Amino acid sequence: MNVVWFLVLSAFIFVIGASGVLTRRNPLVVLLCLELMLNAGNLALVAFARMHGSQAGQVFALIVMVIAACEVVIGLGIIVAMYRNRLPIDVDEMSELRG
Amino acid sequence: MSATSYGWLVLAFPLAGTLIISFGWLRGWPARWPGWIASGAILGAFLSSIGALVQLQQEPDDGRSLVDSAWTYVATSNVRVDMSILVDPLSVFMCLVVSGVSFLIHVYSVAYMGGDRGYTRYFAYLNYFVFSMLLLVLAANFVVLIVGWAFVGAASYLLISYWYRRETAATAGIKAFVINVIGDVGLVIAAFLLLDRTNALDYAGVFGHAHQAFGHNDTTLVIACLLLLVGAFAKSAQLPLHTWLPDAMEGPTPVSALIHAATMVTAGVYLIARMHPLFELAPTAADVSAIIGAATLVFAASVAMVVTDLKRSIAYSTISQIGYMVMGVSVFAYAAGMFHLMTHAFFKALLFMGAGSVISAMGGIQDMDRMGGFRKAMPFTFVAFLCGALALAAFPLTSGFFSKDEILAFTIDRGGWFWILAIAGYLGAALTAFYAFRMVFRVFWGAPVEEARELEQGQIAHHPPANPATGEPEDTDVGFPAEEHHIAERDWPMRAAMGPLAVLAVLAGAVQVPGVDDVIENFLAPTFADSRFHDTAPTTGSELLGLVAGGLISLAGIAVAYHVYVRRRGVTLQLRDRFARVHGFLVNKWYFDELYAAVFVRPVATFGGFGRGVIETRFVQGFIVGGATGVVRVGTSFARSIQTGYLRAYALLLLLGVAALALYFLLASS
Repeated sequence: MNVVWFLVLSAFIFVIGASGVLTRRNPLVVLLCLELMLNAGNLALVAFARMHGSQAGQVFALIVMVIAACEVVIGLGIIVAMYRNRLPIDVDEMSELRG
Repeated sequence: MSATSYGWLVLAFPLAGTLIISFGWLRGWPARWPGWIASGAILGAFLSSIGALVQLQQEPDDGRSLVDSAWTYVATSNVRVDMSILVDPLSVFMCLVVSGVSFLIHVYSVAYMGGDRGYTRYFAYLNYFVFSMLLLVLAANFVVLIVGWAFVGAASYLLISYWYRRETAATAGIKAFVINVIGDVGLVIAAFLLLDRTNALDYAGVFGHAHQAFGHNDTTLVIACLLLLVGAFAKSAQLPLHTWLPDAMEGPTPVSALIHAATMVTAGVYLIARMHPLFELAPTAADVSAIIGAATLVFAASVAMVVTDLKRSIAYSTISQIGYMVMGVSVFAYAAGMFHLMTHAFFKALLFMGAGSVISAMGGIQDMDRMGGFRKAMPFTFVAFLCGALALAAFPLTSGFFSKDEILAFTIDRGGWFWILAIAGYLGAALTAFYAFRMVFRVFWGAPVEEARELEQGQIAHHPPANPATGEPEDTDVGFPAEEHHIAERDWPMRAAMGPLAVLAVLAGAVQVPGVDDVIENFLAPTFADSRFHDTAPTTGSELLGLVAGGLISLAGIAVAYHVYVRRRGVTLQLRDRFARVHGFLVNKWYFDELYAAVFVRPVATFGGFGRGVIETRFVQGFIVGGATGVVRVGTSFARSIQTGYLRAYALLLLLGVAALALYFLLASS
């Protein structure tokens, strides 16, 4: 199969993830969408690795998965902490950094 | 001990007095200690001056100019300035006059200022003043001279605005200081010009090189001498820089006696005498100085005739008398000028002390219109004041008689157009005799006023203290002394100070009587030995003729005063009404203050107001400061608006940024 198909799919998934991050207000959904973006990147890496016949891209995809897992752990931890403190679970409410 | 060691002691005593009084008040001294400490310090200086005099007289005639250096101030490639003093007959003479009269005035002040809350501060200032003045006269180079000169100005400022909560006193102090600084600037520039041409700053070097560096009436030298005169005239209150002296009467009366009559104002005379080698090389400058001296003496005498404020009248008489001295030293009659300086110090200090006594009896009122008949109430003050007035009027055989007429005799002796100056001098002498006895007759003759009657009955009246200039009730924290009358000659230090001065005012002329003795001239001779005019002197006959003429003029002036103020008291009022415009012109002091206000003060004040109102608020605050803050404010408000706090906005920006970068690299690589 042509690598183009993989890349088009990857781009679709990435755009879905990015638009989800930009538009959704629930941090859980934002985290899910981030995962989508990361996995779109993974898909592109693996596709290119296959095209070049090299293992490096696949190994790199594994590393991205590990980092994604770490990121989810931290993100979920923050969300749980917010829930325990009875803070609103809404990314728009969390605007302490506004200038 | 050598003469110079005594010279250092002369400086050390008042300086030590200043420091001890300034810092010692923390100990909480008993009431009059600061006054006696200060008096003791000045007495020490006086005795040291006598020591210097005795030592100096043992030197040979040509060795009586001793310079001693304590340390080096500045040493550069070709200029070396030492902290050095010059002890010669002229400086010792000045030291004796300054410290002697100052001592008596200190003693007087011990009583006069007794009720004042600023007693300690007063004596610290007073000793500081005497130190500055002695530094000025002992200086051996221009740098030390300028330091002393500026110190004297500062001390004068401090003492004039001594009652600093009085607005009139504060502004008078500022006025005096500003005019003195004009003189300082003239002196400094003159010193620069001389340094430039002679490569020296010490007197010996400058005078020694002057003959090679400058030709006769060299333009630079004339300019330098005129600048020296600016300094001298500012200190000595000569036209046109005289306006500060009458205002300086805002200070306590002993200060007027000390600074504004006996010592500080004679610094200009001393300067001209000290710089005589330069002035003799630049006779043009000396002639200018003589003319201004003559103009000043007539001007000030004419104003002194009509002023009703007792102290201001004496102040104008000081300006007038210093006009005589300036004229004397400028026609190269140095010894005569210094002689008049000495006698004037005696009788003018005495007149001020008497005036202080009367003013305290009047509860601070200085207006002669309110005074009268104090003859019986204050006999001692009356006699003392009369002695001073006789000497001021040059009554025959008093001190002022010999000294003033010697100046005029020398002026006539110069020949040429100098007789115009001499006529001005005789005119001034007639006016002087008139206004001197105008004061005497108005204050001591006539029906006793209420205050005088109370004093006669031994009743010490009380007045709430008031500002004599405006009549406003006084803030008693300032401590104007005269709430009680006990200081009106009732306290012995006042009489102890006035007594010797009264004797000196009458008898001091005996030291230099034409044809009899020449004590002062002989004593000062070594200083002025290099003068071209050293050997020229009017003949004894012409001097005696001058004395007769001066005596007749003096008697005539006194007789006129007696006629219009005692025998026909109302006549002055008629005269005033008939010559209302002349009187107004004189009473307003020839409109000098108004002229300066219109020419200098108001334009500068207007410009200052413009600067404050327009430049400061519109340009500096509005444009420069406002512009800079405006740019920062706009920039930060933009940067702040980016910080929305919405996570998704940051994410969008991040995404757009990355996309833009990617697009750029794609385009760049293709």
